[in-house]
Amino acid sequence: MANWKINMLTRSPWVFHLAAASCNNCDIEILDLLTPRHDVERFGIVLVGSIKHADVLLVTGCVNRKNVARIKRLYDEAPKPILVVAIGACACSGNMFRTGYQFAGPFDKIIPVHAYVPGCPPKPEAMIDGVVKLITKLKNK
Amino acid sequence: MDIFYFLIFPGFLFAALVGLVFTWVDRKVTARLQWRVGPPFLQPFYDFGKLLSKEITVPKQGERISFLLAPFLGLLATALVATILGFSIVFPARGFIGDLIVVLYLLIIPSLAIIIGGFAAANPLSSIGASREMKMIMAYELPFILAILVPVIKSDYSVNINLIMLSQQQHGATAGSLSGFIAFIVCLLVVQAKLALPPFDIPEAETELMAGPCIEYSGGLLALFKLTRAMLLFLLPLFLVILFFGGISVSGWHLLAGILKIVLVLVIIVIIKNTNPRLRIDQALRFFWVNCTLLSILAILLAYLGL
Ligand code: SF4
Repeated sequence: MANWKINMLTRSPWVFHLAAASCNNCDIEILDLLTPRHDVERFGIVLVGSIKHADVLLVTGCVNRKNVARIKRLYDEAPKPILVVAIGACACSGNMFRTGYQFAGPFDKIIPVHAYVPGCPPKPEAMIDGVVKLITKLKNK
Repeated sequence: MDIFYFLIFPGFLFAALVGLVFTWVDRKVTARLQWRVGPPFLQPFYDFGKLLSKEITVPKQGERISFLLAPFLGLLATALVATILGFSIVFPARGFIGDLIVVLYLLIIPSLAIIIGGFAAANPLSSIGASREMKMIMAYELPFILAILVPVIKSDYSVNINLIMLSQQQHGATAGSLSGFIAFIVCLLVVQAKLALPPFDIPEAETELMAGPCIEYSGGLLALFKLTRAMLLFLLPLFLVILFFGGISVSGWHLLAGILKIVLVLVIIVIIKNTNPRLRIDQALRFFWVNCTLLSILAILLAYLGL
């Protein structure tokens, strides 16, 4: 039963994109994935506008004291199972903002993170690689 | 036996399967128009299965009962439309006088279900989406009903779907005449609005309202809304083909021709969807009330004159 669910989930992961104070560069690279060159709809990945429709939560940017509560709330609102992917060095570690007074991360202290895609910004290819690794991990679990 | 017709063929199950395949056609054609590869054939089925396996969340401040029941309302009405349209093709004897009017009524119910669900969710974005959906219904119903009078006039004032089809098979398709063609164009635009596709995707404008009335729905309930939409994606082109292109007969090659006609109408809808930006709600209202209504009145006059 669970196997069937995971199979379905990996074949149609709908993605919700949360820009948690990013510099916008990571976000643009994410949108690159939907363009004809990469076209992730081939794998059933589509961008959705509501967290209630999402299976994957993409987070970019570094967590700060302003948005930490909102990230938590968004995670709680999401229908389970939800996968969380940290995109970019900011979301993974805090990048050069990690010593700032506003920094409230790192991100994986706040909500569980299932995959990290480092890079500033990561290439679209790196993100696809991250998703593939996430899917393999899920299938082998 | 009636339960079988309603649930399996030509009702719910059949329409749902064909509808999901049509969703794939929609997404694939869209992808090809954008120079992409597009999703695999089974993608809509995967999406549906995945949504069924997810958790269902109900908003705390929402109206629980109407929130939970709204998707079923839309689905039931759509399955009923599928049954009536299917009967008129497969078992013509089971049609009744006035089934055209019944179908017209039933086709509003999926939109009403979306409105009820949107308001019940108590989310500001979904409420705005629902109110826009309501305005859209008021906008497009008038030209829709007027335009549908043309095939009725052409078939000697019969409001029976099967008789309309038979009279077209004797005298040629409605869309072949001038008045029929104008009415078809109006109906095509109305179908575009009924499916909430661009340029009339105002209720779920994803850049302003995220997902519109469905924003709070998740899991199985969202799957029902998607399924309703998929079935309408099959049934509305089928309805247009029945009214304007002589319908479908289930004997040999005619069946293939009928399927081709439906897919052709679907592809026209997808092309319109991909080549037009979204209108504002007031522009859409003016477009339907002025341009489309005048066009359909013109079509009715022409039909009276026998053109
Ligand atoms: S990782 Fe780099 S590109 Fe991405 S949000 Fe941070 S600073 Fe910007």
